Amino acid sequence: MKLKFKKFIELFWWLFLFASVNVTILSLFVILYFIIKNGINKISFEFLFSAPKKGMLEGGIFPQLFGTFLVTLISGLVSVPLGIGCAIYLNEYSKENILTRIIRIAIRNLSGVPSIVFGLFGFLLFVQIFNFGMSLISAGLTLGIMTLPIIISVSEEALKGVPIYYREIAYSFGATKWQAIKTAVLPYALPGILTGIIIGLSRAAGETAPILFTGVAFYLPYLPKSIFSQFMALPYHLYIMSTQHHSLSKARPVAYGTALVLIILVLMLNLYAIILRYKKRKIKLE
Amino acid sequence: MNNNVIISVKNFSFYYNEVEALKNINMDIEKNKITSIIGPSGCGKSTFLRSINRMNDFIPNHRVKGEILIDGENIYDKSVDVIKIRQKVGMVFQKPNPFPMSIFENVAYGLKIQGIKDKNYIYHKVESSLKDAAIWDEVKDRLHHNAFELSGGQQQRVCIARALAVEPEILLLDEPASALDPTATLKIEELLLSLKQKYTIVIVTHNMQQAARISDKTAFFMLGELIEYDDTEKIFTAPSKKITEEYITGRFG
Repeated sequence: MKLKFKKFIELFWWLFLFASVNVTILSLFVILYFIIKNGINKISFEFLFSAPKKGMLEGGIFPQLFGTFLVTLISGLVSVPLGIGCAIYLNEYSKENILTRIIRIAIRNLSGVPSIVFGLFGFLLFVQIFNFGMSLISAGLTLGIMTLPIIISVSEEALKGVPIYYREIAYSFGATKWQAIKTAVLPYALPGILTGIIIGLSRAAGETAPILFTGVAFYLPYLPKSIFSQFMALPYHLYIMSTQHHSLSKARPVAYGTALVLIILVLMLNLYAIILRYKKRKIKLE
Repeated sequence: MNNNVIISVKNFSFYYNEVEALKNINMDIEKNKITSIIGPSGCGKSTFLRSINRMNDFIPNHRVKGEILIDGENIYDKSVDVIKIRQKVGMVFQKPNPFPMSIFENVAYGLKIQGIKDKNYIYHKVESSLKDAAIWDEVKDRLHHNAFELSGGQQQRVCIARALAVEPEILLLDEPASALDPTATLKIEELLLSLKQKYTIVIVTHNMQQAARISDKTAFFMLGELIEYDDTEKIFTAPSKKITEEYITGRFG
């Protein structure tokens, strides 16, 4: 009796864990299947490389693709150097004390702030106070700040993973602190840091809320002329095509096509991160 | 006073969190000799070794008292550039720890740190260092392979070559063979014996037979104190202190 009960418990937990995995994987594949099935017909050279026409129901999504690319690039230009710099300082230079502990908690909390709050913050600071207006630069900076905590935490983990004795060898050769970091720490933390950058940027590319108040436009008949111009972007385009358009049923195929492009973009970035992590693991195994 | 003294330790104490890890050490280390440091775990022998190239600077809450003179210069003097000290005093660590890069790049590492860019010089230095470390013949055909492809003993000899490339006067070795098998250990020992013509070698070892085999002088440390320091032969045949004899004969430790 007792043994039977034990076996039942064993089976119950196995089933529960097994089901968890399946539900997770299944939902990913259902999403992918659904979007690919509905969007694949829309994908063509014209869709990717021409401007929208006729109430955005025809033509392509090139301005949106271009806008997303630019705004992600700007956010990267801000968040990558600042994020890596911050991670290096925290891990290599700062001493462990109450202040650094507070800073770390703050960074962790920052990554939990809802993206719409970043949007509001960006609107206040960049659009209004700095007077950049609704523009690529305001939106890029806002996204940059949003991705900072991700890049910092992942980079710091990567730096922590570099064995202490690499630093010791460097010092034993009379290396200065920066020399030791440059020659014996960064090269081995780089795959991890790059993973952090990619995860951060792929999140930035897919966000709608932070750019909503800071620079994205519903429709523009031209491409942005400078970093102070408004722009169109994939996630926002997806949002309007699926909820805001005057004839939603006609807009649906465009929405699916846009979703597919966006998801492929983000998946490609993530795939690249996975490859980098795989390479990193190989270095360690050697 | 002996003219051959290269390292002179004078009333040297090392405190870690106000605990005295090294207690008033006085010791003269001679040039072109191999000096072994033996003693039970936690006796301060590694701390002592790392005091000679100031690798202990990174330990938080530490404090030193007294002097260590290298070529007559107190390395703990405020005016001393620690970077110069470390270029003069090379170090080989316990575990073979090449960087995950090619054999060539590993040996050239210290030269790169010193800012040497002359490719010709670097190439010749890498070659001569690998020859000095008695590993040239084994690696000359695969200099640009990853150093991790080598066996542990070979890796350790590459690490020794890496330390030699920057032409130190003194070579500190922290249990360099403790992670190696007996054959590889023997090779390292032969290597060290051949190196003492050019370098002064200070080696921390757990292995008393090793100290007896290769060193000219042996220092026995216990609980942070230098108990006895003399010619190796004397330490192993007729130690003047009873506790040294007990340790040597394996009654504790």
